[in-house]
Amino acid sequence: MKRFLPVLPFLWLGAFVLLPVVITLKISLSAPATAQPPYLPVLDWSAGLEGWGSFLEALDFTNFETLAQDALYRDAALSSLTLAAIATAILALIGTPIAHAMARAPARMQPILLALVIVPFWTSFLIRIYAWIAILKPEGLLSAALMKLGLIARPLEILNTQGAVLIGLTYAYLPFMVLPLYAVLAKLDPRLTEAAADLGAGPVRAFWSVTLPLARPGLAAGALLCFVPMVGEFIIPDLLGGSDTLMLGRVLWSEFFSNRDWPLASAVAILVLVLVLGPLLFFREADRDGREASR
Amino acid sequence: MRALDRAALILGLGFLYAPILMLAVYSFNASALVTVWGGFSTRWYGVLLADGPLLDAARVSFLVALCAAAIATILGTLAALALDRSGFFAGRRAFTGLVYAPLVMPEVITGLSLLLLFVGLGLDRGILTIVIAHATLGLGFVAVIVGARLRGLDRSLEDAASDLGAGPARVFATVTLPLIAPSLAAGFLLAFTLSLDDLVIASFVSGPGATTLPMRLYSQVRLGVNPEINAASTLLVAAVTAIVLTASWLTGRNDPV
Repeated sequence: MKRFLPVLPFLWLGAFVLLPVVITLKISLSAPATAQPPYLPVLDWSAGLEGWGSFLEALDFTNFETLAQDALYRDAALSSLTLAAIATAILALIGTPIAHAMARAPARMQPILLALVIVPFWTSFLIRIYAWIAILKPEGLLSAALMKLGLIARPLEILNTQGAVLIGLTYAYLPFMVLPLYAVLAKLDPRLTEAAADLGAGPVRAFWSVTLPLARPGLAAGALLCFVPMVGEFIIPDLLGGSDTLMLGRVLWSEFFSNRDWPLASAVAILVLVLVLGPLLFFREADRDGREASR
Repeated sequence: MRALDRAALILGLGFLYAPILMLAVYSFNASALVTVWGGFSTRWYGVLLADGPLLDAARVSFLVALCAAAIATILGTLAALALDRSGFFAGRRAFTGLVYAPLVMPEVITGLSLLLLFVGLGLDRGILTIVIAHATLGLGFVAVIVGARLRGLDRSLEDAASDLGAGPARVFATVTLPLIAPSLAAGFLLAFTLSLDDLVIASFVSGPGATTLPMRLYSQVRLGVNPEINAASTLLVAAVTAIVLTASWLTGRNDPV
């Protein structure tokens, strides 16, 4: 019993995290088929090594050829990566001042500020994106407010554009950027910036050459937490992006639910995994380097 | 610089809360037009309470969230204990990766890959499959929260108990467990909200007859903005806020002694 208990969660994770990904990889290499399994080739366990041989030979790369050749998937991959990268950059720019201000707030205020950032982090994703439809649509609140102020003459055409997707991504993922940054900045020794000030650095210089380099692990963790899920994001492009915004998460969804092409949907899933694996390793290295540097 | 800090906080929090507040305000709008204010009314909450399919979906979601959070709490705590206590064992990094993977994995991949597994196993899709999927997702969050608490734990308390003759099981039940209990409760609550909130994974792994609240809301949202969804959203946001504040109070209260 004592030996078995610690193994239990890892058996569960192996069965419901690792195994599904392996199955997805296998099905992505199956011949294109609509909806129902079994997908060819089927691995014949009883045939031993020979079974493996014929299984490997029969693997079908058609789905990945489709992905490589069809402009639809290329564009979707490109716009997923671009939008996720731009949104991550925007988040770093607006998240850093917010986290910095939180870390410098009076000690009794900090738990309150932290709770204020955490609550939207957990509050229904779908609902928070839905709220933006009412704000961004042409007869919506933003256009009405701007027209009343006389800043624009005609309603904004922003809903169903990539701009709306960027707003949605920035909005939804802001807590993911602020929380890890705050965690690092709150632990920073205030004497370091005081020392910089004593040595004649202005507040901007002290921030730029002392605080920011030390905040690097937080920035890396925040970028990772934002960028990776964004690449596969479905709800935001679907509700705010209109029919023009193709992102991989959405392509996967429609291959699965509309076209019912499960092998192709699996291939898209593997593509997303490969695309985010690179940044994942990169950010992890940056995170580790930053941590070593801050020691 | 202080003024800049204040501006950053006001703008940042304003950005985070304005859309949610707008949603809540317009849920009390008498007019059926979402963006035109027609006076205060609770009529949409009445409509909501008479919406059978929506209430059914809410019941399914509640049941799923309860079961998934319970499983996630047990397994997540065991995972945190294993990673914290077992020192460096072979494959430790791989295990850590496995615990954290569901936290960052794009939801469409988690959903699709789990569905393919369930189809491969011949498991009927429905409430059970959603529970398994959500428990897997919640497990990682629980492990992170409980793990943070375990690292802050004063191990000499456990040593004292075993010096006084308590066996490992007794030490765990009378010393360790009470000390990490608040983080277990917080983990449970967060796994619960995570499940209550999920649209993408549930859409993949659910079958006919198991429609969760987000799935129901999504199918209505696709038809356009409507005040009844505003009312449902406001209630959901209020519930989630209450749960999250409780959870953050629980974790805040148990700062390292």
